[in-house]
Amino acid sequence: MGNLMTFAEAVNDALKVAMHHDQKVLLYGLGVDDPKRIFGTTNELVETFGNDRVFDMPTSENAMTGVAIGAALQGYKSVMVHQRLDFFLLAMDQLVNNAAKWHYMFNGQDCVPITIRLILGRGWGQGPTHSQTLQSWFAHIPGLKVVMPTTPSDAKGLLLASIFDPNPVVFLEHRWLHNTKGEVEEGFYTKELGKSKLLSEGDSATIVSMSYLSIEALHAMDVLEKEGIHCDLIDLRSISPLDRDSIAKSIKKTGRLLVLDNAQSNCSVASEIISYVSTHFFNDLKCAPVKLAAPDYPLPTSFGLTESFYTRSFDIVNTVFGFFNLPPQSATPHSFPHDVPGDWFTGPF
Amino acid sequence: MLKSDIRINLLREMKRIRFYEEEIVTRYSEQKMRCPTHLSIGQEGVPAALSQILTKEDLAVSTHRAHAHYLGKGGDGKKFIAEIYGKSTGCSGGKGGSMHLVDLSVGFKGSTAIVGNSIPVGVGLGLAQKLDNTNNISCVFIGDAAVEEGVFYESANFAAVKQLPVLFVCENNQYSVYSPLKVRQPIGRKIFEMVEGIGIPSSHGDGNDVESCYLLLDDIVNNMKKYGGPRFVELDTYRWREHCGPNYDNHIGYRTEEEFLKWKKRDPIAMHLNRLLADKVLDEEAIAAMDIEIKCEVDKAFQFAIESPYPDPKDAYKNIYKEL
Repeated sequence: MGNLMTFAEAVNDALKVAMHHDQKVLLYGLGVDDPKRIFGTTNELVETFGNDRVFDMPTSENAMTGVAIGAALQGYKSVMVHQRLDFFLLAMDQLVNNAAKWHYMFNGQDCVPITIRLILGRGWGQGPTHSQTLQSWFAHIPGLKVVMPTTPSDAKGLLLASIFDPNPVVFLEHRWLHNTKGEVEEGFYTKELGKSKLLSEGDSATIVSMSYLSIEALHAMDVLEKEGIHCDLIDLRSISPLDRDSIAKSIKKTGRLLVLDNAQSNCSVASEIISYVSTHFFNDLKCAPVKLAAPDYPLPTSFGLTESFYTRSFDIVNTVFGFFNLPPQSATPHSFPHDVPGDWFTGPF
Repeated sequence: MLKSDIRINLLREMKRIRFYEEEIVTRYSEQKMRCPTHLSIGQEGVPAALSQILTKEDLAVSTHRAHAHYLGKGGDGKKFIAEIYGKSTGCSGGKGGSMHLVDLSVGFKGSTAIVGNSIPVGVGLGLAQKLDNTNNISCVFIGDAAVEEGVFYESANFAAVKQLPVLFVCENNQYSVYSPLKVRQPIGRKIFEMVEGIGIPSSHGDGNDVESCYLLLDDIVNNMKKYGGPRFVELDTYRWREHCGPNYDNHIGYRTEEEFLKWKKRDPIAMHLNRLLADKVLDEEAIAAMDIEIKCEVDKAFQFAIESPYPDPKDAYKNIYKEL
């Protein structure tokens, strides 16, 4: 048995285990050794491993990504972390033109084992440029792997797998998951990249989900179960490679597909999954697939503007009810505001 | 005075680079080299000088105009030409072409096509060298336009903060495609002086005078290996041919024939050759023998490339991920 720990503690544990396991693992990013320690995920690392291997860096997202690539060519496995995904957009040249292509364009002679932790979120006034969720961008680039864990145990196992994978991995952590708790195995273990996990099983419908939305989906399951509706809930864990086989297997069983995506709807991962299922398993479908994704607008900042931007559990319940021509539930008021993950969250970020 | 053998090697390396590229010019219209090529003809001085200074353990990255840097670092000539021909025997198996050259056996870690894009990679190599406590350096080849990219400042800054063993070699040929320096950077700016302000000891030299280039670079590299930290060097030179392709383009209006002829008089090869003849280091006969030797090497490389097979079309779908 493992220990009960939060998602953030599991990430911290994975980094500790990785750095003990291999002297060539480096960790850098703005704030990795500052008093806040990236929401606690980098606690005690600089004290344990020294500032040659764990260091704060210049505010130079693009160059530092290139530095990670150069160090990788000499055998170093860098983990970079950005407290907001949006800042990492400055590094697209190094990510897309170099990291993703180096192994391919030099015909497999070298490889780029780097892991880029990007923290994303929703709510609490993060606004247009502090809340973007761009997994479909990254998944669109051949040569990158894209990981989005949901549970603490997966966060640790997938982060370790990412660090020791010989390819560049974009590791997307949802801020609203950092305080969730779960059992986490001790020591070194990896979970295979490119494999989804079934969080619940049933033959009524298939719900494909990712990251924080899998938590909303689990809440929805409680309601659906009471109505006798039992769903396969597929937590993707990896966006690229995408576990198409598991989705196909489930669809052949249920014939009904709901895909949840915390990014904007247009050209989303959800769109790709629905395209895949509709193209290859059209005859298995009993009704049109549905996606629940964010509106195709930037995220506004105000509390008064954001309520309809986020998929919540009752949206999931009502969509699945729709598959069975059941009348929609009215939204139940939350015990806490819509823009926070729980009472514990009081900002500022 | 430089030793005779180094002076002769400098000539040989410049000629080697020139002969390879002149052969590309001769054969380019055959439509068998089906990729963009950015020639270094006229700019052979700097890579030839470094060929006599850097060791195989020193590392290098370069740009879209990488042929001379690759050859100067000791890159394999046959694999170079085969790559431009898109053959399976090319240094990147046909996946890279002229702008993506690599020869790991001599520390040439790769060239990339986006301006400024390989700079931080070279700095990352320097970080690894420092962490590994080696006494080797990482050489980052750039042109004058690369210092207009933000990533140059980010990378130079990090190299200065961490005192990494990175040598930035800026060949200033005054043009970015057709855009002259005066529309891109303020008149009167000296690139090396600006970089000095970042906190990197910087120098300036004549890129077409291969002997003075050698002396300057040798001093810088020795200094780096003794005291550590990054250095920047700006070397003036001139691109004879068009930005991309085999032709002269002085007639299209972005620069004058007069300007070109002025620089052609300062041909790094002719200037050095005349000095060696005057100093009686070499005679005409020895030079003719050297030419034949290099011509043979170049001919063999082209023959190898032409006779090599294309990659299997299935290879296009390999190497997307490295397997664990």
